[in-house]
Amino acid sequence: MTSDRPAVLTLEGLQGLIEALAAEGYRVLGPTRRDGAIVYDAIAGLDDLPAGWGDEQDGGRYRLVERGDAALFGYAVGPHSWKRELHPPHLTLFRTRREADGFSVEAAADEPEPTAFLGVRACELAAIAVQDRTFLEGPQADPHYARRRAGSFLVAVNCGEPAGTCFCVSMETGPRARGGYDLALTELLDAAGHRFLLEVGSERGRALAERLDARPAEAADLAASRAVSERAAGRMGRRMETGGIKALLQENQEHARWDQVAERCLSCANCTMVCPTCFCTTVEDTSDLSGETAARVRRWDSCFTLDFSYIHGGTVRGSTKARYRQWMTHKLASWYDQFGVSGCVGCGRCIAWCPVGIDITEEVAAIRGEKNPESAG
Amino acid sequence: MSAMAAGAAATDPMLPAVARVVGRRRETADVWTLEVAPPDGWAGFAPGQFNMLYLPGLGEVPISMSGDPAAPGPIRHTVRAVGAVSAALAALRPGAAVGLRGPYGSAWPVAEAAGADVVVMAGGLGLAPLRPALYRLRAERARYGRVALLYGTRSPADILFRRELERWRRQLDLEIEVTVDRAAGDWRGSVGVVTRLLPRIAFEPVSSVALVCGPEVMMRFAADALLDAGVPEPRIHLSMERNMRCAIGQCGHCQFGADFVCKDGPVMSYDRLRARLKIREL
Repeated sequence: MTSDRPAVLTLEGLQGLIEALAAEGYRVLGPTRRDGAIVYDAIAGLDDLPAGWGDEQDGGRYRLVERGDAALFGYAVGPHSWKRELHPPHLTLFRTRREADGFSVEAAADEPEPTAFLGVRACELAAIAVQDRTFLEGPQADPHYARRRAGSFLVAVNCGEPAGTCFCVSMETGPRARGGYDLALTELLDAAGHRFLLEVGSERGRALAERLDARPAEAADLAASRAVSERAAGRMGRRMETGGIKALLQENQEHARWDQVAERCLSCANCTMVCPTCFCTTVEDTSDLSGETAARVRRWDSCFTLDFSYIHGGTVRGSTKARYRQWMTHKLASWYDQFGVSGCVGCGRCIAWCPVGIDITEEVAAIRGEKNPESAG
Repeated sequence: MSAMAAGAAATDPMLPAVARVVGRRRETADVWTLEVAPPDGWAGFAPGQFNMLYLPGLGEVPISMSGDPAAPGPIRHTVRAVGAVSAALAALRPGAAVGLRGPYGSAWPVAEAAGADVVVMAGGLGLAPLRPALYRLRAERARYGRVALLYGTRSPADILFRRELERWRRQLDLEIEVTVDRAAGDWRGSVGVVTRLLPRIAFEPVSSVALVCGPEVMMRFAADALLDAGVPEPRIHLSMERNMRCAIGQCGHCQFGADFVCKDGPVMSYDRLRARLKIREL
């Protein structure tokens, strides 16, 4: 492959892509089936991919289902997002050591391995772009995120099988990747055979693609790829009306719906853990028994915990109502003020992984005064 | 992207400098002022800003600077010993090491208030982040109209910086009114909420600038009283307090509506805050 013209990889070609990434020095992560879910983990080749597995998702529900075909990427998204890699759940920031005249501070070693992400959905590319704004574009960048981001090679795989919880079309983030990737694949599984349309999105993507055993794409391949995305776009399980959503939420902070949703919400923080854009963290200190050394660890935190808003005298957001309102208003409204984009990419994880099935699209519709969100699916 | 990321990777803004405590002064029963030698690279601060002070194994808390920003020498932080970290900070002796990051946050509009009457309203420990502004107002006293400090505390024993306030009052260059929530018979001053002091001072409301810091409920009432007196919303400035973990807008804890109190505040004008202050548990 020698130009930016789309090409076609066979299954062997995809294996070649994984091997080429490994040969380039990347730790290759991709979708794999574990504990009844599709999760991201180290992969060595096609055998590690969840061949023939799809997912069935709804409010509070996630199940793997056998598709009856050989699709390697025939699911939507699982509980993991690439946030785990770029913004790790636990990260030691620095260590201190007691000295004769006090203590010394030493930054913790942070040399993340260059990592290739195989199977990045369009909604996840959007989520990465959202987190770039949080961690790279403020007055003080987060060097840990910056290192991981610079060392990541993104292989998008266009979504062909949106779940019942998906609404990327509403959020204008998918289902087809429109940039932000190094390489993008569309899995094609039709009479012409099991193959992948390969598109180049960056200079290093081009360099890698040139080493692959691929044939130029034909018009039929391109048409088939477009059809996959069009079909996916037409099968969104959910939709969210986003017109005027910032004002809608910011001007309805006392809406009765917040009380109603608070009666269902368990304040468990699952939605924030699975959300690919939620970025909040806390810092914790650990020390050995003698106090000789101590470490400061940053870990994911959630606005659903009582501690999150604690100041001397009490917790600011003591009620579940206030915490749910904070989460949803931040995600869908104040995010625009802070970062110029929505904090929601329409991946639907918060809906599927909510133990009581609270549906963010339904909550928005309720605040709009609509009875039920009109389903496009 | 990679060039930007590589450049950004240079330093970790979460890493504290190790600074040295050079002095410690008891202000009240549970409030101490900690004097810290400026660490390398310290470029000063503006009135109203804060530092993150850290102790190994315990944690890190935001503490406002309470000294004169124009004075050379140590950085002063006034701490109330209420939690594990603040109690340990308040107990540090000269010579001890303390982690320091900062300064962070927005400043009181001291220079912008030139030519105007200035009303400073403080509640409890809220006087500490206002003291740097008071130093600057006094230092350039001729640039301002009437300057008044209205200060409310729980009891006479809780009055911060008492000797300094008495000296300033004797020098007559600022009007100082103090009130307490409760007092024994030997207190000859006012008893009651700080807003009741406002009618006692002479100032030109429409053109004055108000600087307010204290518990949130006190600031709401103070702002209402100032508005009732005729001070325009954009000229009333409050210093907000929220939980903070990073001070650089990345941990998410200090959000107040769309603002990160750490970098968009803590000092914000009332016209920006009004709608949000009326919402409970925001």
